Amino acid sequence: MELIHNLSLGFGVAFTPINLLYALIGCILGTLIGVLPGIGPVATIAMLLPATYALPPVSALIMLAGIYYGAQYGGSTTAILVNLPGESSSVVTCIDGYQMARQGRAGPALAAAGLGSFFAGSVGTLILAAFAPPLTELAFKFGPAEYFSLMILGLIGAVVLASGSLLKAIAMIVLGLLMGLVGTDVNSGVARFSFDIPELTDGIGFVAIAMGVFGYGEIIANLSQPEDEREVFTANVQGLWPTKQDFKDMTPAVLRGTALGSALGILPGGGALLAAFAAYTLEKKMRLKPGEIAFGKGNIRGVAGPESANNAGAQTSFIPLLTLGIPPNAVMALMVGAMTIHNIQPGPQVMTSNPELFWGLIASMWIGNAMLIVLNLPLIGMWIKLLTVPYKYLFPAIVLFCAIGVYSTNNSTFDIWMVAIFGFIGYLFHKLGCEPAPLLLGFILGPMMEENLRRALLLSRGDWSVFVTRPLSAGLLAAAAVLVVIVLLPAVKNKREEAFVED
Amino acid sequence: MKIKSQKDFFSGVMFSVVGVAFAWGATTYNVGDGARMGPGYFPLMLGVLMAFLGLIIMFNALVVETEGGDPIGKWAWKPICYILGANLAFGVLLGGLPSIKLPAMGMIAAIYALTIISSMAGTQFKLKPVLVLATILAVGSYLAFIVLLKLQIPVWPTFITG
Repeated sequence: MELIHNLSLGFGVAFTPINLLYALIGCILGTLIGVLPGIGPVATIAMLLPATYALPPVSALIMLAGIYYGAQYGGSTTAILVNLPGESSSVVTCIDGYQMARQGRAGPALAAAGLGSFFAGSVGTLILAAFAPPLTELAFKFGPAEYFSLMILGLIGAVVLASGSLLKAIAMIVLGLLMGLVGTDVNSGVARFSFDIPELTDGIGFVAIAMGVFGYGEIIANLSQPEDEREVFTANVQGLWPTKQDFKDMTPAVLRGTALGSALGILPGGGALLAAFAAYTLEKKMRLKPGEIAFGKGNIRGVAGPESANNAGAQTSFIPLLTLGIPPNAVMALMVGAMTIHNIQPGPQVMTSNPELFWGLIASMWIGNAMLIVLNLPLIGMWIKLLTVPYKYLFPAIVLFCAIGVYSTNNSTFDIWMVAIFGFIGYLFHKLGCEPAPLLLGFILGPMMEENLRRALLLSRGDWSVFVTRPLSAGLLAAAAVLVVIVLLPAVKNKREEAFVED
Repeated sequence: MKIKSQKDFFSGVMFSVVGVAFAWGATTYNVGDGARMGPGYFPLMLGVLMAFLGLIIMFNALVVETEGGDPIGKWAWKPICYILGANLAFGVLLGGLPSIKLPAMGMIAAIYALTIISSMAGTQFKLKPVLVLATILAVGSYLAFIVLLKLQIPVWPTFITG
């Protein structure tokens, strides 16, 4: 009954007025950026990191987490009504959701997405609460060699399951690792790659990279494309409630999506995006019942499955972060940044040293999911209005929030110059077809990897075989190797390329 | 020899060049050995690895056939210049430039400059709606960042506030 005790502690923390307020702010912001195409949770969380300085750590993390899972709700609205993925994880929702909207069934589609998300989010939170303690126990058995191997597995997992060229993604990780090493070496005190610039001896600002590459880089890329004609089905949203037949069709899809999403979220490199893709593929594999609408023509299962999966995945991807201190995706990498800002070292010790923070955050996710269902179903009209705001008014605002945000991290204009440089680099990556998310993961893990490698080799007196002679470490490395081999198998390779064509 | 994928070829070049640069930079620090890693050890390892990955990517781009040759396409210089220019103008106005004795003009002036310059990156530019947007953003930022979040940002020019 420890679980109940822990959860009650968590709800005690989460139900204080201030934390409820920040959960609400996070959920509203998350839905907002989810609805708006062209700005995602990575850029938003990076923008808001500095603003959380003044808040207590629990409130800050509750708000930032709310943005991530809130964006999964909001993204489906845009996907269904405009046929544009508001969030990358809603790409597959477009396929059947938009068709439903065209047939005048936008209401049931939105409801299926909302209710499915709520159910999946609640289950994901419960899994997080149940699995975190045993995993934390395991994490305490880890020495530096195991941590190093785990990070290798995490990084390999992140690229294997992501889209695009495998080699380029690995190269981006290495580039990120190298960028993470800029600044003073903790062991020798040597300022590496800092070119005698005093600000660089502290390392490259994490916020500057995230905002430059994800914020500015994407804005420039968006502006360089001609504006699309958007067809918004706003008038068609009447009668939100799905029919009895709809409920019958979507319930199994929601259950399958939740199970699949929860499992994939825990994997290194997993999270909302992968979960949604996998769930849609699974639903398509299921045989159609007689009289059921085909996939791609407005089947409600094609909305309910992926939308449940991306929410479950968003929730369970907190597990590796909170138990092992290893971020499985770019958003979680930002959460590491947020924790470090508040002097919390992410890792297995968080649960014992900051139980209010740990359980408060988990409990807030359930409350957040409840808030989101209210925000997204009865208040849907408000978000639809937002879709009519043209991009020309949005992007100057995004540029401004990035600039203010990055300035306030250190109150220095140096970071503003840095974000401009990274904005250019971000656009360069876009042009060269290099996915920037692995870079961010590498950047966060760079110093940790070096430290663990150094310790592991110091203990083994420079003997590299330590990574394969210790069973746990060897197992993790073997898992990483298996992942690479699987992806390189011709059959899987073709499937993988197929799955990401819609990107 | 023909480049089969332009995007891949040039990203390979980028990775190789940056990898070599990092590896070369790392050799100027103490490298040490496995048991006693110096500050140069890990970056040297990674730099070499990345340069090597870059070479493979380049090689693949020359060998593997792609549809249409994956062209990089035109550079969008207009948005690059205006967006990054708006950002730089914001920094200069907010903090001033001591090297040319330009005083800090504060957040409000910087917001107007940023909004106007960045709006020019779009397809059409009309001054009036942009000024309205800038005013909304200025008032909103003042309320959100200064009043509510109490961030330490200079709001007005230093020659007014002293």
